[in-house]
Amino acid sequence: MEEQTLTTTPTQEQSGGPKLLVEIENLKTYFKLDEGLVKAVDGVTFDIYRGETLGIVGESGCGKSITARSILQIIDPPGKIVEGSIRYHRAKGTQEQVIDIAQIKPNSPLMRSIRGEEMAMIFQEPMTSLSPVYTIGNQIIEAIQLHRKMTKQEARNEAIDLLRKVGIANPEQRVDEYPHQLSGGMRQRAMIAMALSCHPRLLLADEPTTALDVTTQSQILELMLELKREMGMAIVMITHDLGVVAEMAQRVVVMYLGRAVEVADVRSLFHDPKHPYTQGLMQSVPKIGRKTRERLQPIKGMVPNPYNRPKGCLFHPRCPQCIPGKCDLLEPPTVNLPGGRAVSCWLYEGSGQS
Amino acid sequence: MIQMPVQTTPTAKETGRPVLLDVRNLQKYFPIRTGVFQHVTGSVKAVDNISFAIYEGETLGLVGESGCGKTTAGRCVLRGIEPTGGEILYRKPTGETVDLAQLDKKALAPLRRDLQMIFQDPYSSLNPRWTLLDIVGEPLLVNHIASGKEIEDRVADLLKRVGLRPEYMRRYPHAFSGGERQRVGIARALATRPRLVVADEPVSALDVSVRAQTLNLLQDLQSEFQLTYLFISHDLSVVEHICDRVAVMYLGKIVEMAETEALYTNPLHPYTEALMSAAPKTDPDIKPNRIVLEGEVPNPANPPSGCYFHPRCRYAVERCKLEAPVFEEVKPGHFTACHRARELTLRGIPSAD
Repeated sequence: MEEQTLTTTPTQEQSGGPKLLVEIENLKTYFKLDEGLVKAVDGVTFDIYRGETLGIVGESGCGKSITARSILQIIDPPGKIVEGSIRYHRAKGTQEQVIDIAQIKPNSPLMRSIRGEEMAMIFQEPMTSLSPVYTIGNQIIEAIQLHRKMTKQEARNEAIDLLRKVGIANPEQRVDEYPHQLSGGMRQRAMIAMALSCHPRLLLADEPTTALDVTTQSQILELMLELKREMGMAIVMITHDLGVVAEMAQRVVVMYLGRAVEVADVRSLFHDPKHPYTQGLMQSVPKIGRKTRERLQPIKGMVPNPYNRPKGCLFHPRCPQCIPGKCDLLEPPTVNLPGGRAVSCWLYEGSGQS
Repeated sequence: MIQMPVQTTPTAKETGRPVLLDVRNLQKYFPIRTGVFQHVTGSVKAVDNISFAIYEGETLGLVGESGCGKTTAGRCVLRGIEPTGGEILYRKPTGETVDLAQLDKKALAPLRRDLQMIFQDPYSSLNPRWTLLDIVGEPLLVNHIASGKEIEDRVADLLKRVGLRPEYMRRYPHAFSGGERQRVGIARALATRPRLVVADEPVSALDVSVRAQTLNLLQDLQSEFQLTYLFISHDLSVVEHICDRVAVMYLGKIVEMAETEALYTNPLHPYTEALMSAAPKTDPDIKPNRIVLEGEVPNPANPPSGCYFHPRCRYAVERCKLEAPVFEEVKPGHFTACHRARELTLRGIPSAD
């Protein structure tokens, strides 16, 4: 399958391999609240390549949504990017221009032209991005006219085309309907149509199928794969469902408490998870199709309170392989392993190629 | 209305285990009222003539998509919702069988302690103004099981059993995380030493690692207290993990019921096949081979003719549009409602072993 041929090694880059789209380095997004400082994203580093599907997994509160929102600069106040860079490789004609998104203002003309046109986002709850008081068509037409030079009629035709493309029956009629007239799955499709209206190069999908039933979920996942094949955009798929990641992603970033603890291609991650947290996640989910009913091996304890982060490795209080005197005191190094993998854990100290 | 006599209850000798609950032709119709005078103009058949049996000590899974009636069915069984028709035959510890659907409130009250429920949302199912002692102790009090200081001892014991510290019994639910609250809900359900627990999506709101902890807890408690579960869920991997037998619902009807392994590897109903193919597999080497169902679940107020699934079924023939299939035993212990069940070979979940 074409999905699998894209390898992940950054070293292949020179040899005409995958090209960088976004490089996120040491990104920190903090929320300064009365109760204290919440380090929602605390030093995340990973790359997004052109045309790939990158999965971001982790439990609630691990910062995966905030990472995506940081890329688009749509973090709700008081959240703020306080450190790090988001280098976006923008295509300008045949030239490539690198912009650090973390440095530009959220409401600047540059950011506004990137957002929606070059990068778009879809959400778990379609009503996050759809307004209940405008018709579906109105909203898609607005997005199109904002970024592309089109007359109202052309934009309307384009909107109908888009709705057809995302599999909405009778798009000529649906275009004039309000979101409440559509079912959950249909709204999700309408939102995808709106996000894709300007052919973005990067689509950030934040739990796009979590609220949907399995059969609707499979329709939407299939649709996303199809649109990706057609339009060639990169997708960042944020989810807590390891099954969705296994089916959709080529590479995966595992996040825990605002950090990327492991980055790997999907096969290596599922067959040979390196970080104890990733291993714990894999052992926590019942694998469908498994006849022998072994007991699940959950990770002990809970995700710690965001105001009270552990010292040293963030995972050490729950880690079965914790090395006392090391993991509980010192932050682990990020070790680059063969095959373009990276893991942030003391267990692999010295075994890498950093 | 003519009720189809359905034989769904393999007798005790076939399984070696006695039937705890035998549900026959259960119906729940919600009236649709229109106009100024609120005339009843139709009904939503949320649960439409379903029959199943639950054996003592087993876990029966009830799966299906939202709106298929699985929650309504679960609540009807406990008389949380009054069923419109049908029988709910419950075998008491004495061996005597009673029809829960026929009992009046007074006769039902002493049986309530045997039948408990665990809810999906640990945030809305606990009263925020009650302490854990109040929440877990209430069933003991209202069922006259314990009183005074004894309640405290029992609550402390229950909290310990579900992995919470008894010292916390005077705290309020807001002080606890989602997973801990779900444990409180489980402790409350177990307080009366029930025999049957209806668990309605008990782990769907929980994060991966907490979900695994809760599933393990439910299994431990089952063997410790010889519990019988009716486990309602839409998550096929969780259901496969925890259930002995599974019933699949679609639009108010059970379309297939079998032992878990048989249902997952050799489904007999096209809807089950589609569900199985849609479930995400946690192995990147398994190529997704989804059967994408056309359209959406029809409106239950206005279901299609014949077999309810025929407009979305890729195997549908003329007969499916005209005639409703009978729910029958096609293979030993494997029930389905499909005209073509005997001729079709459907695809199940590939083995992950």
